[in-house]
Amino acid sequence: MKIYVPQDMASIAVGANRVAAAIAAEAQSRNIPVTIVRNGSRGLFWLEPLVEVATASGRIGYSCVTPADVPSLFESRFFDGGPHPKCVGHVDQIPYLAKQTRFTFARAGLIDPLSLDDYRHHGGGKGLETALSLGPSGIVAAVKESGLRGRGGAGFPTGIKWETVARAAASQKYIVCNADEGDSGTFADRLIMEADPFMLIEGMVIAGIAVGATKGYIYTRSEYPFAIQVMERAIVIARYAGLLGSEIGGSKYEFDLEVRTGAGAYVCGEETSLLESLEGKRGQVRAKPPLPAIHGLFGKPTVINNTISFASVPFILAEGGKAYADVGYGRSRGTMPVQLAGNIKYGGLFECAFGVTLGELVNDIGGGTASGRAVRAVQAGGPLGAYFPTSLFDTPYDYEEFAKRDGLIGHGGLVVFDDTANMAAMARFAMEFCALESCGKCTPCRIGAVRGAETFDKIAAGVEPEKNKALIRDLCETMKFGSLCALGGFTPYPVLSALNHFPEDFVPAPVRRAAE
Amino acid sequence: MGLIHEIDYGTKPSNAEKLVSLTIDGVAVSVPEGTSVMRAAMEIGTQIPKLCATDMLDSFGSCRLCLVEIEGRAGTPASCTTPVAEGMVVHTQNERLGKMRRGVMELYISDHPLDCLTCSANGNCELQDMAGAVGLRDVRYGYAGENHLGTDKDVSNPYFLFDPSKCIVCSRCVRACEEVQGTFALTIAGRGFDSKVSAGMEEKFFDSECVSCGACVQACPTATLIEKSVYDIGQPEHSVVTTCAYCGVGCSFKAEMRGEEVVRMVPYKDGKANHGHSCVKGRFAWGYATHKDRILKPMIRAKITDPWHEVSWEEAIAHTASEFKRIQGKYGKGSVGGITSSRCTNEETYLVQKLVRAGFGNNNVDTCARVCHSPTGYGLKETFGTSAGTQDFDSVESADVILLVGANPTDGHPVFGSRMKKRLREGARLIVIDPRRIDLVRSPHVEANVHLAIRPGTNVAVLSALAHVIVTENLINTDFVRDRCDSESFARWAEFAADLRNSPEALADTIGVAAEQIRAAARLYASGGNSAIYYGLGVTEHSQGTTAVMAMANLAMATGNIGRRGVGVNPLRGQNNVQGSCDMGSFPHELPGYRHVSGSEVRHLFEMDWGVSLDPEPGLRIPNMLDAAVDGTFKGIYIQGEDIAQSDPDIKHITAGLSAMECVVVQDLFLNETAQFAHVFLPGSSFLEKDGTFTNAERRIQRVRKVMHPKNGYEDWEITQLIAQALGYDMHYRHPSEIMDEIARLTPTFANVSYDLLDRVESVQWPCNDATPLGTPVMHIEHFVRGEGRFFVTEYVATDEKTGPRFPLLLTTGRILSQYNVGAQTRRTENSAWHEEDRLEIHPHDAEERGVVDGAWVKLASRAGETSLRAKITDRVPPGVVYTTFHHPMTMANVVTTDYSDWATNCPEYKVTAVQVSPSNGPTDAQREYAELGRRTRRIEAVAAE
Repeated sequence: MKIYVPQDMASIAVGANRVAAAIAAEAQSRNIPVTIVRNGSRGLFWLEPLVEVATASGRIGYSCVTPADVPSLFESRFFDGGPHPKCVGHVDQIPYLAKQTRFTFARAGLIDPLSLDDYRHHGGGKGLETALSLGPSGIVAAVKESGLRGRGGAGFPTGIKWETVARAAASQKYIVCNADEGDSGTFADRLIMEADPFMLIEGMVIAGIAVGATKGYIYTRSEYPFAIQVMERAIVIARYAGLLGSEIGGSKYEFDLEVRTGAGAYVCGEETSLLESLEGKRGQVRAKPPLPAIHGLFGKPTVINNTISFASVPFILAEGGKAYADVGYGRSRGTMPVQLAGNIKYGGLFECAFGVTLGELVNDIGGGTASGRAVRAVQAGGPLGAYFPTSLFDTPYDYEEFAKRDGLIGHGGLVVFDDTANMAAMARFAMEFCALESCGKCTPCRIGAVRGAETFDKIAAGVEPEKNKALIRDLCETMKFGSLCALGGFTPYPVLSALNHFPEDFVPAPVRRAAE
Repeated sequence: MGLIHEIDYGTKPSNAEKLVSLTIDGVAVSVPEGTSVMRAAMEIGTQIPKLCATDMLDSFGSCRLCLVEIEGRAGTPASCTTPVAEGMVVHTQNERLGKMRRGVMELYISDHPLDCLTCSANGNCELQDMAGAVGLRDVRYGYAGENHLGTDKDVSNPYFLFDPSKCIVCSRCVRACEEVQGTFALTIAGRGFDSKVSAGMEEKFFDSECVSCGACVQACPTATLIEKSVYDIGQPEHSVVTTCAYCGVGCSFKAEMRGEEVVRMVPYKDGKANHGHSCVKGRFAWGYATHKDRILKPMIRAKITDPWHEVSWEEAIAHTASEFKRIQGKYGKGSVGGITSSRCTNEETYLVQKLVRAGFGNNNVDTCARVCHSPTGYGLKETFGTSAGTQDFDSVESADVILLVGANPTDGHPVFGSRMKKRLREGARLIVIDPRRIDLVRSPHVEANVHLAIRPGTNVAVLSALAHVIVTENLINTDFVRDRCDSESFARWAEFAADLRNSPEALADTIGVAAEQIRAAARLYASGGNSAIYYGLGVTEHSQGTTAVMAMANLAMATGNIGRRGVGVNPLRGQNNVQGSCDMGSFPHELPGYRHVSGSEVRHLFEMDWGVSLDPEPGLRIPNMLDAAVDGTFKGIYIQGEDIAQSDPDIKHITAGLSAMECVVVQDLFLNETAQFAHVFLPGSSFLEKDGTFTNAERRIQRVRKVMHPKNGYEDWEITQLIAQALGYDMHYRHPSEIMDEIARLTPTFANVSYDLLDRVESVQWPCNDATPLGTPVMHIEHFVRGEGRFFVTEYVATDEKTGPRFPLLLTTGRILSQYNVGAQTRRTENSAWHEEDRLEIHPHDAEERGVVDGAWVKLASRAGETSLRAKITDRVPPGVVYTTFHHPMTMANVVTTDYSDWATNCPEYKVTAVQVSPSNGPTDAQREYAELGRRTRRIEAVAAE
């Protein structure tokens, strides 16, 4: 009998390893033969550790399991799906999961991440098969047809990027996966690497074939030790299985891959800094042009995409570009793994087609705040994303619709705040964050962020608040249009959205007291 | 005369042929594809504000002042990083851009000291200019925020200071160190607001890997990195373009002046040899010109044991002339001679040999090239037909493989070394043949593909082994050989090379390098694309120096690596004007233009022009002059700007020869070592004090321009002219340009050279005549100057200087970046801070065997003599080899070197001496005595107060 205990970092953080050990010990003492599979997470984090057992009727789940629960689980014959207060029934029928459109995360939490058999049994590898039969131009055509846009935040059409690299003539080309997932409240990249690493490998191999690259790098972060471990082991397994190396799948194509770990700079998630860092240099932003597609890693044409972009490709190749493009909203085709975090009742990953409204995501899916208080703001798209007030909850989840409201989707993170949040402090924090993470290359970001935080302090202290608010707006203009990369360029989003939607928070304390 | 402000186009030029048309602020402009919008704007005089951009460096895009609007494009792209596109419509100024630029400047100034009036960059500060350009009127952030004011200055470098409080973190210095110099000594430490320029790991500049080339100082837009001289004196008020007087690279500089005082020397961007780069010597080490040791008054004495006494110029010249007349009267016409200087101008060198040939009436003239590149002159003339390198420096940009033999460009020819490193960083491959692990073998972002660490003295063996591989592995370029070379000599050479005795396997033990490495080097050279040979004194200063030069010429011809860009055989010539001094007829057997004195037609040409009859017999070479002096037949010598008593081999023999003479006339800036044996001292002028031309290692003739009056009273050519006149031979040049006109008139390769031409086009590379009116960057393009290239059989003959039980180690010598040759100039500057004494490099294994510890005094003994110096233990040298520099006279390195010399040219075998090293407790008695002699013979009699 198979028992699934996730080894995802979030699950481990809430005791999954201890639960797994307790189950193993208990099974031994009871002389019950069990196989414990350490799967990835389904992304329903409020249920972790979510222990699952395979039954004839499907996977039955037991949520928030602690080691103390283990004896009673055995008493209840949980390994046969027996009833227990922590039983959540059939996992795939949990509404949060059932409502999703899992194109990319279909296998997440379902399989043993390091079992190629499991991977193939659940549809893995079909994308590569199709890719090999289509050849480079066919792959690029399929990706273009899918309408897939860069999932790192910029939303640039992936197919067009690949086409540019494919057309560039060079002795060497590279595929780089941006897995330096630094946005607050995001975890989709990590989840993929920990739950379904072969899918990422498959996506990158397909990219390599499409553009003629033979070498790939996954650039991830030191804060993801489990993801690094799983990816590295998966790469070794893939090499043995002939999915990496020369003559991939018996073809003429060759591709190999390695994992590189960043040292903690947020800005290394910016693609050009990432490339600098990969080259062994300071993580400092490069001016564009030239684009990485022409002059990328070590000066060679390089496809650099987000983890989710690559991970979306096997589905697109396996099911066809059209199947992916069939869902979505406007120019945002396919699905997006929305990551619900912050002060939210049901935190986790929700993959769905574009078009669902922000309000649905926060209230209907996420269940409102965890504190039970009223939602005040949602920061969409990471620390550089705009704060949306509830009055904008009708905004459809779509790149263009968000842009119209001076916001961005980014990497799909949503961080919820309740009505105790001080939005002036959040605006100041945006400047502080930018100052902390600035690479220091361009002036607006390097000096501007520091001056921004200082100016907010003046506003808070009641020093010429109106004049200083005007100065903040000027500074935001300089940063937005003057910065070299999105770090300085997007910092005005949280700052100005806080200022515009929550002006009452920017009345200096003395003035506020006087008014009361 | 104003200050030369070179236009800064902001970004580098594009070499594309295709033109792109666009409109900038309503003005149409066409520029080469790949040009930046910023540079295109500058072409039509539109200056887009900028701080991080400068045309010496790749665009960076960090300051965000140069943002523009481009119709149809989102946002405000930086004009420095945006290339032009056909039909592009650019707006460089409007309200929005103005506001944004003010916003950026407001941020800069919120973290900048407001001491403009007392700032050393006042009057030449780009930050100040930009604040003005964008109309910054208010800094609304105030000045109380976080800032870098009050950060400590780093004054550790002798020549420039670093004041981080003024830094705007544009990274121009860091980028200059990387892109221009290639040292990678600077970086930005920290991130965000804490970003700061750091030398190494936050070290002092002096303690870091900084080589003090000055590129960072030049690149700095503020007073953050600034010359101490500017800090002390103030901004210069006028400038003059001239040529550096150190090495054979021949860098162009702007001498930036205040009146007759040099404020700083700044490399000139239009200089075709250096393209705006410099090294620590040319950029900073010019203080010797005003050093207290400099002699400014003529002096004479009856005996060399007497103290000097100062005399008038008239008396000194009259005395010299009467002595030479007396000696010639007593000992014959051939009893006197002269030595020309490779440090002096072409015109001065020409005049000295003319004085000897026409005034003295013999051909006893020689030059220091005798001891450096005479084998180059001979070897390349015999094989190709021209006594000079085949390429311009720019050629290295097209080289795919660089074969570097016996040269250390990053120390000896630093500015060219930087260009070589740049090409290597771009992917060219490198083969180093050198006993020692020079920096190019492995330094940041540069690594040799093959390093053949040969035993000193085996150049010819290794070159023959390379030839063997090329011949036997069918790597010959048969088309080239058939079309361009002499087939008979090729056949002889190929047969010789193919002989098994020349195989890498047969020679591996002799050379001390594994055969497979030699084969790898040969294959790479022969089949790696454009292969270029660069070499130095590590080739020529051997008993088979000429053979080795010919062997390299053979390789180039056999593989077709000659006659186009990116290839060739290139001597890295040591002295600023060693090429010129050779061109100017400094050798006893050759008239200007390398024409033998025995040729009656040529001689007739000169006789007609000079109005004298010339001796058809070659005169004495330097070693022969000294031999003759010891024999009593050579009694008088006029030495202009050369210090044979330090620079020439077997010093004991030199000093014996000089001591035997009756009139030694030394013309120099300082009482050098040779002056200890002189009877007449004529104070010379520095390169800052005269007009003339120098010819660099790429045959480039460049102007030297007078920026101040000679402190000694006369330019060097004037002194030679005075001597000639006093001897009764009439010279009456009014200006060096007239001397050049005479050179051009008499020398076909200089036929079209004139000061007018040089003032117009900056520089030309000879041959410069009607066929090539603007000079010749690359030689032997369609055919060799001698017609067909001629191969020579280069049999390896081991030097007679052999190691044995008494002298088991091999000594080889070389130079260091901060010092220059005999050090007469650099030792009298702050450069000595980097290298205050010569040290003997010895491998740890050899040191341990001898009980030598790092820094300890050791005795260095050879069959010729012995000296003491301190040891430096390093594995840069292989076991069995020791190495020293020779910049300090007290080292007396040439007491140890032998009198073996090149079979063809007498070039001394400096690079191979069998020696023993043993612990000692300080300088030898001879060194102490020599120091004492120096003190004694340099006494100057006090002039009685009137």
